[in-house]
Amino acid sequence: MAGYRLAGGGGRVDRSKVLRFRFDGETITGFAGDTIASALLASGRLMVARSFKYHRPRGVFSAGSEEPNALVTIGEAARTTPNVQTTMAEASEGLVVRSQNAWPSLNNDFGALTGLLSPFLAAGFYYKTFIGPFRGAWMLYEPIIRRAAGMGAATREPDPDRYEHAHGFCDVLVVGGGPAGLAAALAAGRSGARVILVDENAEFGGASVLDTATIDGSDTAGWVRSAVAELAVLQNVRLLRRTAVYGYYDGNVLAGTERLPAGDAAAPRERHWRFQARQVILATGAMERPIVFAGNDTPGVMLLGAALAYVRHYGVAAGRAVTVFANNDAAWHQAAALAETGITIKAIIDPRDAGPEDSAKTLRAAGTVFYTGHVVTAAEGGKAVSGVVIAQFDSTAGNVSGGATTIDSDSLLVSGGWTPNVNLASQAGEPPVFDSGTGAFIPGTPREAWAAAGAMTGKLALQSAIESGFEVGVETVKSLGFNALPTTFTVENPNQEVGFLPLYEIPSNGPGKAFVDMQHDVKASDVRLARREGFSAPEHLKRYTTLGMAADQGRTSNVNALAIMAAEEGRPIAEVGTTRFRPPYSPVTFGAIVGRATGKHFQPVRRTPMHDWHEKAGADMINVGQWQRPRVYRRPGESVEDAYIREARAVRNSVGITDVSTLGKIDVQGPDAATFLDRVYTNTFSTLPVGKARYGLMLRDDGFLYDDGTTWRLTETRYLMTTTTGNAAGVMALLEFGLAVDWPDLKVALTSLTEQWAGVAIAGPQARALLTKVITDIDFSDKALPFMGVRTGRLGDVDVLVSRLSFSGELAYEVYCGADFGLVLWTTLLEAGEEFDCTPYGLEALGTLRIEKGHVIHDEMDGRTGVHDLGLEKMFSKKKDFVGKPMALRAALTDPGRKRLVGLKSLDGKPIRAGAQLVTGSDPNLPGGSQGQVTSMGYSPAVEAYIALALLERGPERHGETLYAADPVRGLHGPVKVCAPCFYDPDGSRMHG
Amino acid sequence: MNRYNAFRLIREGLTGQKGWEPAWRSPAEPRPSYDAVVIGGGGHGLATAYYLAKEHGMTNIAVIEKGWIGSGNAGRNTTIIRSNYLYDESAAIYNHALDLWKGLGRELNFNIMMSHRGVLNLAHDEGEARQLKRRVEANRLNGVDAEWLEPDEVKKFCPPINMAPSIRYPVIGATLQRSGGTNRHDAVVWGYARAASGLGVDIIEQCEVTEILTEKGTVTGVQTTRGAINTPKVACVTAAHTSVMANMVGLRLPVESHPLQALVSEPVKPVMPCVCMSNAVHVYMSQSDKGELVIGAGIDPYLSYTQRGSMDIIEHQMASLKELFPFVSRLRLMRQWGGTVDVCPDASPIISKTPVDGFYVNGGWGTGGWKATPGSGHVFADLVARDEPNAIAAPFTIDRFVSGALVAEHGAAAVAH
Repeated sequence: MAGYRLAGGGGRVDRSKVLRFRFDGETITGFAGDTIASALLASGRLMVARSFKYHRPRGVFSAGSEEPNALVTIGEAARTTPNVQTTMAEASEGLVVRSQNAWPSLNNDFGALTGLLSPFLAAGFYYKTFIGPFRGAWMLYEPIIRRAAGMGAATREPDPDRYEHAHGFCDVLVVGGGPAGLAAALAAGRSGARVILVDENAEFGGASVLDTATIDGSDTAGWVRSAVAELAVLQNVRLLRRTAVYGYYDGNVLAGTERLPAGDAAAPRERHWRFQARQVILATGAMERPIVFAGNDTPGVMLLGAALAYVRHYGVAAGRAVTVFANNDAAWHQAAALAETGITIKAIIDPRDAGPEDSAKTLRAAGTVFYTGHVVTAAEGGKAVSGVVIAQFDSTAGNVSGGATTIDSDSLLVSGGWTPNVNLASQAGEPPVFDSGTGAFIPGTPREAWAAAGAMTGKLALQSAIESGFEVGVETVKSLGFNALPTTFTVENPNQEVGFLPLYEIPSNGPGKAFVDMQHDVKASDVRLARREGFSAPEHLKRYTTLGMAADQGRTSNVNALAIMAAEEGRPIAEVGTTRFRPPYSPVTFGAIVGRATGKHFQPVRRTPMHDWHEKAGADMINVGQWQRPRVYRRPGESVEDAYIREARAVRNSVGITDVSTLGKIDVQGPDAATFLDRVYTNTFSTLPVGKARYGLMLRDDGFLYDDGTTWRLTETRYLMTTTTGNAAGVMALLEFGLAVDWPDLKVALTSLTEQWAGVAIAGPQARALLTKVITDIDFSDKALPFMGVRTGRLGDVDVLVSRLSFSGELAYEVYCGADFGLVLWTTLLEAGEEFDCTPYGLEALGTLRIEKGHVIHDEMDGRTGVHDLGLEKMFSKKKDFVGKPMALRAALTDPGRKRLVGLKSLDGKPIRAGAQLVTGSDPNLPGGSQGQVTSMGYSPAVEAYIALALLERGPERHGETLYAADPVRGLHGPVKVCAPCFYDPDGSRMHG
Repeated sequence: MNRYNAFRLIREGLTGQKGWEPAWRSPAEPRPSYDAVVIGGGGHGLATAYYLAKEHGMTNIAVIEKGWIGSGNAGRNTTIIRSNYLYDESAAIYNHALDLWKGLGRELNFNIMMSHRGVLNLAHDEGEARQLKRRVEANRLNGVDAEWLEPDEVKKFCPPINMAPSIRYPVIGATLQRSGGTNRHDAVVWGYARAASGLGVDIIEQCEVTEILTEKGTVTGVQTTRGAINTPKVACVTAAHTSVMANMVGLRLPVESHPLQALVSEPVKPVMPCVCMSNAVHVYMSQSDKGELVIGAGIDPYLSYTQRGSMDIIEHQMASLKELFPFVSRLRLMRQWGGTVDVCPDASPIISKTPVDGFYVNGGWGTGGWKATPGSGHVFADLVARDEPNAIAAPFTIDRFVSGALVAEHGAAAVAH
């Protein structure tokens, strides 16, 4: 029992609102405004967690987002959230909080036995063992290691909560709402600039709470209140609390997450912000730095500033018999402030000769004993601090001398100076530079449009922090063209400038463990071991020891580790340098990054205008990219194969219709449209007469096939290009790239019409008769509308565009109309087609019909094939240049030995599986090497056999050969006969008829 | 070099860990001349040096590294190991690598944590299933342990995956390579460095090559920030900077450098038993031994050398991941970073001699280099030592971009791995 609630104080808690939550089953009482940490401290709880590696008892160490120790799991079932910092999470009524990484209980944790083995478990021990005794032995050890590692456990259930995205556009983004950030926001806000001020905490004010000065006549809390009140009424200023800016990206884009208070069921759990600012002011402050000594992780050891923050914000005292260990003047002031609230400061230990006189006076009066020229060599106690061991310290030699003394204490508050928060500045700037004033790193040169203010630049004292905030704020808005108003303020009785003696570690030869990175259990001795083994570069040190790689981003460990390494190497810290800071500054909930793009909103479902009809007709709908398309229209009792065979027969025998609305449709207009198309297609479109369509092929610039489709010339200067469904967006992008980058001189405009027009293909010997019934103003005779002809007409009241195209090899047409009339077109055709038994057909029938004709789709054009491979050489113009031509002419692309398109017929009456490899060996166990593969397959009602298209080495030379379709996945190995890829009506008399 | 073993670990544990020596020697300065210089202290470069020393007896060699070893893609990848590539040429080199991975920890006497936990590649529609099955069939013929899993088998192998047919892109099956998995990337780098150093190889960090010295089209040495080094053979293994280095000898390579991002979650207790990849929704995930979920996706579309990427890719990949693994929603991003990948037009690497005698290139591995590390180093060392590519390396010459004899693994989809 160390901590307790004070009778008064606590600016953030509302003592009239009591709340209760559970910690490991025990009821904890707190007030509205408490964090879990403040409520646990107030309840006297010291140990709240077990550490990562050695399962050491751990308590609350800080009061902010740097917290390395006090991590818990909150929530139940699907709302279970592991590894939550108690110092940041607000307590709420009924919340369930559990300790983690402990079994069977926090108090009696079996895992703590690893502490006994710790001499053997030094940094990187696992690289040196678990290697044998045989190949793959790691597979035996790994499950054990994995179970031991990890912190909390994740839920396995889907997240019931909502998240959303927000975008913040502003002239000035101020990150950090401490004294400097508030001053900067005031300066910027008063100028009329659009300002967003963001702070990760529940309230603004930052570290100002630690200072007893008065600003413009009021105490720091009062000044913060009035500054926030002024900003709140400015229309051009937006205040965001509980919002951690975690990443600084290129183009002055910053990302942050806002935690919304619990209780409002309508609100999202978190909001992900993307800020786009003309200028950024970073005022991210500084964190108090721990000192490394034996037992520095014992529950009851806490940062000094944190202890004062708990008093000021929550009215909670850290202990009843408090000892302070510090190396700087600011710490004495804070200790004095603690003493003034009635907390007993038994002793203050400082390696320097003296502390600042004003605060020393206060402390002396309160009965505090001064141990100057001393340091703490160890904190005693296992699950709670029981005593503090001190010894004399020679600050010039940097070592401990003389005998040790123990001071009985239940709480040890530590201040090793302050570490500027350079994380965001480093993400968007040159490496941080060493600053001897703080004994730590301050921001380097900006790479993006930001300026830094306040403590993060080393200006730790309140007055200079506010001054720098105003100054940077004024300069920033001036640079953006705003008129900055003059600002003045008076600070009285501030804490004196910070006297500071660099002191990072108290070397110890005792048995106690001295931790540098408490979250990852990295000890000072681990840093030394890493150096001994050559892992001295900061990144090697980090990777070898895992130092700084925990969720706290090494905030409390970074500088101390570098200092220890520097001391070992006899180099200044500045020369050792830092690792590179990367996002995120604080962990970011994945759900927040996703926002609303989840479930149905993950990606849009694209439906054609006839979609509902297909569904009603009982079609099996399948995904084709984002589109939904009918696969088959199964009748009762039919298998998929039965259905597509029936549908394909109907097309061959009479007439069928299929929904082709998903095809990409691009309107290409302009005086240079013809020239443009000649450049993007392998064949020529400038010679295409108006009123005709032509099949075209497109290559990538590396010479391989990219896409195909028909393009229709509607007027001299206007074409309608169709693309495959899958490549509609890709082709559009490619065309736009060509016009923007390669040929900006061409006068061509592109418009995507894919979703504006619905399309239906009508195929079969009765197609003409059917269309003649429904579109009366077009002469469908072969002479008037020959193969590849294009006409406009009307179907009832609907304008339509008709082209005589055939993918199925039958007499066929495609009819397009405005998307709104797609269903009218479809149902009109079906009704009029009743007398011909007009049959709707799906993708499977479409596939089988095109395979019978040897038409290729993306299964053959898979990005690895060229025109030569697919027998499309005729479409490769020799007269003109086009995208991909030189690369397509490379020797190997026209090598006859390449895999080229053939047809296959099953010889055993069994299906030929797509993906099967073509081999010569008849024995499945001795197949021989692959000579090709099956690309598309189906049952052909026309051939009355299972047929396939395939790519086969020297394919065209091998018609008539028998091969085997090796399908080891399904255990099939059937004989197939190689033939020409066109199985049906090779002279095309049916579609030309 | 003292061997690592349990006995030594216990002894050091009892004596305060004071007896360990540096994992690799760090010579203060390079020697004036070497029989060969490997530029680039990443996984492939260090492996090359190790096999040059071990297999070809070339111990008077140096690895020159601009920063610290493993600072490039070797220390930035998501450590996925597999060899289920479509083409014979690719299967040959990745299978060669996989064979070496299996025994590498013991060979190097360094625990690289090679975990053969299996790699799933999900299919979300019939077209994708066809492509994946085609790959499985081809794999089988090439001796790769590939399998096709039906949905219930997928669920059994990877229980946390969302198999609901109602999701936007339901999982309709998957390929599985059981021998695939993950390992510990830094350990591989350090293990190779330690073993190479033990054989006499000089590893020179913080040393940048500024010029490649040639005479009459033949390499004579390199100029570095720490002085000139004479050498008849320069093996360039610099990943994203391959084209920059080649440019030093007037060679233009068809390599583009893109950012490739990855991220990890905070550590949690084991929840993800295998590696799971989906190309249709573009994301992949595994869980490290430390408990972090390791997540990656495709490259950023623009060219850059910055080793950082944009938010857009992250937003998209996390949306995809939440679809497949809804439980990740409440977990948190802990670390995010970028590498720079060197992509060839056919998504296959370059392991090749060049028109400059004595200048050899190993690069262009794109997003798939890590899994090839030992195989790549092994065949490249062979090429550098003998001045002739062996059968595995032969298809990966730079001549193929002129002839068109590509190893077109990419196909239509930009497949990340």
